[in-house]
Amino acid sequence: MSTWSRNNRLPALATLALILTAASIALIFFYAPVDEDGLNQKIFYFHVPIAFTAYACFGWGGWKALRHLWKRDEGADLESYVAIHLGVIFGVLTLVTGSIWARYRWGHWWVWSEDQLVLFLVLFRFYCAYFMLRYSLPAGPQRANLSAVYALFGVALIPVSVLAIRLSQRFIHPIAFDKGGPNMAGSQFLTFCVAVLAMLTVAATLYNLELAGKRLDVRLRELREALQ
Amino acid sequence: MTTEEKYVAAVYLVVFVVLLAYVFIIGLKLQRLERELAELTELALRNRDEPERKAVAIG
Repeated sequence: MSTWSRNNRLPALATLALILTAASIALIFFYAPVDEDGLNQKIFYFHVPIAFTAYACFGWGGWKALRHLWKRDEGADLESYVAIHLGVIFGVLTLVTGSIWARYRWGHWWVWSEDQLVLFLVLFRFYCAYFMLRYSLPAGPQRANLSAVYALFGVALIPVSVLAIRLSQRFIHPIAFDKGGPNMAGSQFLTFCVAVLAMLTVAATLYNLELAGKRLDVRLRELREALQ
Repeated sequence: MTTEEKYVAAVYLVVFVVLLAYVFIIGLKLQRLERELAELTELALRNRDEPERKAVAIG
């Protein structure tokens, strides 16, 4: 990677995230039509992209964990940790935004009989436990290896959570995509795609920001040890 | 504002507040790192300015 792109990646990503988020909000409120669900359908344009982003973060964390175990990539453990940390934050947002939508639509904050909800909660809690495991061990290769193995196990839960809506026999949760493709009008799908891109770019920006801080922290610790 | 509008606004507000809180926490961390860097710079300068002590045999 060239020095220019390394130095300017974060500002460029932040600018792109800002532009895409502004564009998605404009499309959601001024372009996408209000369908039979009413105005609360506008929640979908943030809730689903946030859930996709959480899956992407967990998947990226798993990929980096694999790179750590397989290729012993330097820094892969830290990258895996940061991705999972962000995935948990986006997981919280998925659960909160979904609950607010459900409260209005179903009259309940949570429905335990709904597979999609429960499986997402299982996935979310699995990754919350990642931090308990990580911080119960002293820093070093053992912690990095065990965390990587745990992160990889979690990846198996992602397709189960994504496909739960199709595997379920009872449908309460709305279905955005079925076998025939997107279950929405063209303008809604365009808005949805921009919202997904915006959320992924926001996550990429935050990922690089947190990673830069963590790397700086590690280097400062090494410098302190060298000086003392 | 209708109830439906309040729910929609709540969702967008929650997302905004959580992401802002995240950036705020990262900002606090960067401030701490800046302080640490200043301390280490001071330590490095002090080490450089201190005259080297020669080892002297005792006894």
